[in-house]
Amino acid sequence: MTETADTKISEYAHPERLVTTAWVAEHSNDANVVIVESDEDILLYETGHIPGAVKIDWHTDLNDEVARDYINGEQFAELMSSKGISRDTTIVVYGDKSNWWAAYAMWVFTLFGHEDVRLMDGGRDKWIAEGRELVTDKTARERAEYPVVERNDAPIRAYLPEVNEAIGKIPLIDVRSPEEYSGKRTHMPAYPEEGALRGGHIPTAASVPWARAAAEDGTFKSRAELEAIYLEDAGLKAADEVIAYCRIGERSSHTWFVLQHLLGFENVRNYDGSWTEWGNAVRVPIVKGEEPGEAPQR
Amino acid sequence: MSTLPNKLAEIVDDFQAITERERLELLLEFSQELPALPERLADHPELLEQVVECQSPLFLTIEVADDEDRTVSLFFSAPPEAPTTRGFASVLNEGLNGQPANIILDVPDDMPEQLGLTRAITPLRMRGMTAMLGRIKRKIREAL
Repeated sequence: MTETADTKISEYAHPERLVTTAWVAEHSNDANVVIVESDEDILLYETGHIPGAVKIDWHTDLNDEVARDYINGEQFAELMSSKGISRDTTIVVYGDKSNWWAAYAMWVFTLFGHEDVRLMDGGRDKWIAEGRELVTDKTARERAEYPVVERNDAPIRAYLPEVNEAIGKIPLIDVRSPEEYSGKRTHMPAYPEEGALRGGHIPTAASVPWARAAAEDGTFKSRAELEAIYLEDAGLKAADEVIAYCRIGERSSHTWFVLQHLLGFENVRNYDGSWTEWGNAVRVPIVKGEEPGEAPQR
Repeated sequence: MSTLPNKLAEIVDDFQAITERERLELLLEFSQELPALPERLADHPELLEQVVECQSPLFLTIEVADDEDRTVSLFFSAPPEAPTTRGFASVLNEGLNGQPANIILDVPDDMPEQLGLTRAITPLRMRGMTAMLGRIKRKIREAL
């Protein structure tokens, strides 16, 4: 089974970005490897985690408390140092819900140019399904010295004005559920408010729900399967610039990972403002319904 | 003016008295104390209603006794992978189970905010707890 998993991973464009649960079991004690758990549920890590893993919470650790933005270089240096992570540490991230938040954490680490950061394929669920060890004791790692590095957002992060500018020029991918894409969801009484005034999607955005990239066990689908989804169905080309978005940027981090690291796209940005920003912003166009829609005349 | 029943007021005070980090630990303890469903419900998940506002699966139902107080019993089910949701359910269970219907209906809708977790826990998750309370009240009104 391990061999099959290794073969699957070796076929991706950047196989060094993904490791198996078996790899983690073998390497979690390596001095230069730090396992990071990052979940949607803030208390999940405390109920049991991979031995030696440290916890990073996307909301309280990675977001600035005041600005709607990520932490700055100094805060990041402090966070990494406190978790025992150095600039040359190999970070392996895993988490719940098919690694949404793990991919999100990886994306934030990438804003700071941390070089060697990987995901554990299948995340927390796969580790548990395989009956591997979980511990509840607090991980004590020796403090490290992480340098202050300025965040470089431009290559992988898109802001609202850039997305507006991109409509009709470069492919946009909406990774939310079909109900959110069509705008139906905010009108369904039994469903939660999306925190946006209007439901729908950004004009021209193609609907490719993130979950299409995940297999039943939470691992990523094979390269051939992913190519069928993103290259054939969605019509993207690896040379394209692409911007992905969802509701707050976590599910689209998952898609960012797929396009950038598994399929080798060179210019993929995540619009983390996503629908909670776009659906509330003044004077930006939206489209309702199942069709991508046209770029507005301007 | 609506007020909290004693038991729930005590829980809110307990949360308020400690630091944010400790509040999360307390919520975790609550999550571990959520009672399992009685057999008659455990074998019949269709008798429970899903609160879809929660990001994780959360099912609940209520029973209103035929006594003078119209005493309410609460029943929750949430998977162990959803400790935050379980914690919220457990707080409501601990604070409201066995209370008269009108006392529960008087609990302020924004009661979850009083736990002092709004900084550590995202708005969407907090809305899940608010939704649970709302659903409980709605079901009580329907049952009366």
